Parts: sequence; C-alpha cells; structure tokens
Amino acid sequence: MAGISDPGFDTLALHAGAAPDPTTGARAVPIVLSTSFVFENSEHAASLFNLERSGHVYSRISNPTNAVLEERIAALEGGSGAIATASGQAALHLAICTLAGAGNHVVASSALYGGSHNLLHYTLKRFGIQTTFVQPADIDGWRAAIRPETRLLLGETLGNPGLDVLDIPTLSSIAHEAGLPLLVDSTFTTPWLMKPFEHGADLIFHSATKFLCGHGTVVGGLLVDSGRFDWHKSDRFPELNQPYEGFHGMVFSEESTDGAFLLRARREGLRDFGACMSPHTAWLILQGIETLPLRMARHVENTRKVVAFLVAHPMVAAVGYPELETHRSHALAKKLLPRGCGAVFSFDLKGSRAQGRAFIEALKLFSHLANVGDCRSLVIHPASTTHFRMDDAALQAAGITPGTIRLSIGLEDAADLIDDLKRAFTRAEKTA
Amino acid sequence: MKLTVHGRQGYAYTGGKPFDPELPCVIFVHGAVNDHTVWTLLARWFAHHGHSVLAVDLPGHMRSEGPALKTVEQMADWLLALMDAAGVTQAAVAGHSMGSLVALAAAAKAPDRFTHLGLLGSCVPMPVPQPLLALSKQDVAAAVDRVVSFSFSGLAAKPSYPGPGVWLHGAARGLMHQVMRAQGDALLFHTDFSACNNYQQGLQHAQAVRCPAAMVLGQQDQMTLPKAAQPVAQLLRAQVHSVPAGHFLMQEQPDPVLNALRAWLSMPALSTQA
Repeated sequence: MAGISDPGFDTLALHAGAAPDPTTGARAVPIVLSTSFVFENSEHAASLFNLERSGHVYSRISNPTNAVLEERIAALEGGSGAIATASGQAALHLAICTLAGAGNHVVASSALYGGSHNLLHYTLKRFGIQTTFVQPADIDGWRAAIRPETRLLLGETLGNPGLDVLDIPTLSSIAHEAGLPLLVDSTFTTPWLMKPFEHGADLIFHSATKFLCGHGTVVGGLLVDSGRFDWHKSDRFPELNQPYEGFHGMVFSEESTDGAFLLRARREGLRDFGACMSPHTAWLILQGIETLPLRMARHVENTRKVVAFLVAHPMVAAVGYPELETHRSHALAKKLLPRGCGAVFSFDLKGSRAQGRAFIEALKLFSHLANVGDCRSLVIHPASTTHFRMDDAALQAAGITPGTIRLSIGLEDAADLIDDLKRAFTRAEKTA
Repeated sequence: MKLTVHGRQGYAYTGGKPFDPELPCVIFVHGAVNDHTVWTLLARWFAHHGHSVLAVDLPGHMRSEGPALKTVEQMADWLLALMDAAGVTQAAVAGHSMGSLVALAAAAKAPDRFTHLGLLGSCVPMPVPQPLLALSKQDVAAAVDRVVSFSFSGLAAKPSYPGPGVWLHGAARGLMHQVMRAQGDALLFHTDFSACNNYQQGLQHAQAVRCPAAMVLGQQDQMTLPKAAQPVAQLLRAQVHSVPAGHFLMQEQPDPVLNALRAWLSMPALSTQA
C-alpha cells in the first residue's frame, strides 16, 4: 500500500532521508561543512563514543549531509543503510577489507572495470588477499572457485566492457549455499534499472561519480547493505561475530542483526582507512539522484536509438548491447533488466587502428575521456586506456578487441548524436 | 549471554558489559518478529549507567532456541524463568509492542518481582487486522512490507538508529526477514501477531500490577494508536510520555525515548514503596 511511509521510487529519490531543516527551515538539503559536532556535555560525549546514543561526532565517520545521501541510496536500493566513500574504488576496498584480511580469498567476475581488476589482481594480493577470476557466465566455475578461505563473491551487474549480465539469482544462491555474501557493482545500472537485492545480492557498491551524480562533476562512492545476510551464523566472519579489540570488545552482529556489516565498516573502515566523502560531494550526488529517474529513462531512450543506428552501419562489425538478440546475455537481460541495459556499451569498428583513431578524433559531441555516466556523451578506446594494463589474454577474457570502442550515451538530442557518429564514420572511411 | 530456560538455550544481550546480578536490573522485551537489537542504544546506555541489562531474544527469535511460543502468557512464564536462570529476583521490565504485552503479563503474574513496568508502542488489547494475519500465511514478505509501511511516521528520522546512514524502513525489513529465517520458522510472523491478537487478559492483568508504570507512545503510531492506550494507562496509573514518532519509536526517536525511560526509572520503585 503506497503512502507516506511507503512511497514509490521517484518520491524516494527526492525525499528519502531528508526533511526541511528543523533549525533554518531550509527545504533543500543543507551542506554541513563542519569537521566536528559539539557535545551537549561530557556524559553526552561519552555516550556517543560508546554507541549508547546516535549522532555525529567527526565527519570522517559520519556527517549530516552524507547521512542523507546514505539513507537515500539505501532507500532506492531497498537496503538497510549505506556508507558514502571518497570514490567507487574506496567503496569496493571498504567492502572487501571489512570482510577479508591476509590469507583470505575473493571469487570475482573476469569482466570487471579495469580499476577493480587492478585492486584485486595486483594491490590486494600484496596485502595477502587472493582473487580467482571467473567468466561471469561460467556458473560451475564460480562454484568450483570457492575455497574455505573465500569471503565473498563479486561481480558487476553489467560487466565492463562487454556488458555480460551477471546472473545474480544463480550466483547469490551459490554464495549463500557456501555461507558467503554476493557483492555487486551496480554502477552501470543504478537502482532505476535494477535492484540487485531483489535478486539475492547482499551488498552493492556504486561509483556514484557516474549516473548517480550524472553530471560529471564529482568523484564519490557508495556501499549499500541489504541488511539480510546472517553474519552471526557463519564461522567465516569473525570480524563481525567475534569481539573486536579495536572497539571495546564489541561484537557487531550482537549490536545489530541487520546492520553489523555497516557498523564494522564505519567504525573500523572509515575510522582507520579514512576514505570518506566530502559533504559538498554528497550534496552534488544528491542533486543528481533527485533527477535519476528522469535521466535514466532518457539515457536508455537515446541509447536504443544509437544502438539501432550502429547495428545498421556497414563499418560496424558488432554491437555489444544486451537488448540485441545477438548478445550472449540477451535472455538474462530480458529477465533482470526489463527497463533497459543502461547507456554504456561497446561496438567493434571494422578497419585499422588508424581508422579507429580517426573515428574518435572526428567526434565533436562525444568527448574522448575516461569516464561514463555523464549527462554528456562520451567515447573511449578501452584497449589503450581503461584496460591498457591487461595482456592480450586478459583482454580477450574480458571481451575486448583492439577495435572496440566504448560509448556512454548522454542526454543530448539523439539525432545530433547520430549525426556526430555519421561524420566520424565518414572520416574513418576516408582514412583507409 | 546464554541461559538455559525451560530446558532450551535462551539469549539476552547485556548492553556491552558483563552481566552483574548485584546491580539494579532492567529487562527489555522486543516486539513481533524482532530481536534484542531494537534496544541496542538503550541497553548500552543503561548498562553503562549503573544498571545490569537483559535485552532478551524471545524463544524462536534469532539466538533463543525455538519453537516460538504461541501465547503472551507463555512468553511471560518464559521471561520469569529467564530471570530465575540469571539469578534476578527483581527487575524493571520494558517491552515494545508484543513485548509490552509480555511485560504486562509477567508483572501481573509475579507482581513482587518487578520494580517498574514500561510499555512502549503499546495498547491493550492489541487487535491485529484479520487481512494482515491472512496475508502473513499467503505472502509473508508482503506482510512484512505492510507492517513496515505503517510503522514509521516519515522518511527522515534523524540521527537514525543505531547510527547515521541507516534507512530505517529497510533496516526494519532486514531485521524481520533475518529473524524469520534464523530458525526456519515460516509461520513466525503469524504466530507472533496471533499472540498479540489473542491476548485478551491485558486489562485484567493491569489491575494486578503493583509497580509504578510508564507508557511511551508514538504520536503518529498507526499500529498501536495512542488513544487505544488510554484504558490500560488509566488502570496502571501510568506516567505517559508522548514522542514524535510512529510505532518503531526506539528507532525513530532514540533520545526522547531514552529521556522517557530515565524518567520512568526515576519513579520510586516497588521495593521503595512497600
């Protein structure tokens, strides 16, 4: 039953976590640029530090503006709460390092954003956390890769850059059979296109830099908890269900059945790693989220028109968009992404590397840069940029060829975008 | 803290400090399809301010072994047995929603064992709409959604519970789903809400209570309407505290509820009055 306590998505995008400011009457969310917050007295101070009362102490741990953003993304995802971080990378790091330490192991999709691949394959290995990469559709491979020391499964709702749709219902079942959570990067889809918790995922992270912010202005991340994973039951998570010396012997799963993970992540991860979000950044991401439903509908509408144009173009060898029947994830996309498959996709250009370069350099509306999810349309060549550290085998495993070009479709007039692409194809053709 | 109660393992959270039976004890009893974590902040505050605390998981809920008990009176008997197991002869008891009925019944069954009675988010009797009971058997997730949608007064409770960044509606759903799943009892929701609906002795029990009582009510509570609390409040001659919240008032307004319970425990205790 819809009502004031149970509104729809568009209403939550505007109101969840925010009310008129009780002090000033401000209707928009105030930006609280204060590092710290005054205690009422010594007893109040002690009770805040000891989790006897709720409130803000220091903005690395929590901040009123950030809290609005955290509650809002949790509401939109159907989760129990969230933590705002300095970037999407910081959110991924916070999630993994809340659950895993030296000697532990992660099973991850091989179709990941290059930055996530770097973190798992190179950096975390240096700190004793190993990762086994599995093709997203290799269900038996996921199951076989789980070890006693595994702490989580990780994938992207739409794998980068081939847009393999993650089979969240199946993978969450595999994870749960092993007593493990499934962590999902939902950056490309946002909760408007898919709510991974409804399909069984336990944790979500976003690069809020992308569609959530939507305007290419700030870098930020969000880590969201479903509140439904039973950390108490599993013997794999002593960080959550055994006393933590770093916080007076607190057992986080005893303190909060639905919020143990976020408590630990905030009380240890934000406190010690310190990758918090600026309140100003939080405010800009909130501004973006307020129009997320409108923007995502337009992103998808424009993308479908551009995809249709590319599919019919003679210089295009292939278009990798899961709404196309030719895409390997088409059936899964119909099931999990009925509203659309986002606005980031790749296509393979016929011709030489020089033609590829000419194509990108001829574009006027599409900006050549390393980002996606802007309101403006973007283009990049993954093999020479985002995935340049991968060798040929890893590139092939991720579905990337030397001729692959990735587009992020913005909110311009679709006809203007198609005209820009036509011009670039003509230039590429003349370069041959 | 684990305790053996009626031959089965019971659990009570002690507020982040070891339980000390020598200190004045406060017992907290959660509501339907909840567990002790709805009391975390209050339990920690009282445990660190001169009290011993037992925030229980009722049988069949999270850490206390099932099966879930089917009547409020059975739950009250279990609570008294838990006090015996913990070596507590006398305590203050506060309950929320279904837990308030358990506290009331226990205080009526053993009036000398309670120094204070606190009823939060409560009314007596506590009828449950038949469509909700039926829904809980057909589609328990929808029943949870229904309860959550009626249990909060707005979309921005600050500073949130147990800390900033928690979306209370989602946390309430997460908790209820975990409690139902913990012991695989698909009918737990129906059992708990039926216990509330079937408890008809509340006003009679209120007349047997001897200790001072307080009620803490949410001004926008749509589950247990404040006006429906008046009869039991009058019978208990209860101190009534009204806080700007819905039914899940400990989560929506933790500080006003703490202030109300501090005032409640400052009332002269039963042993002092006797």
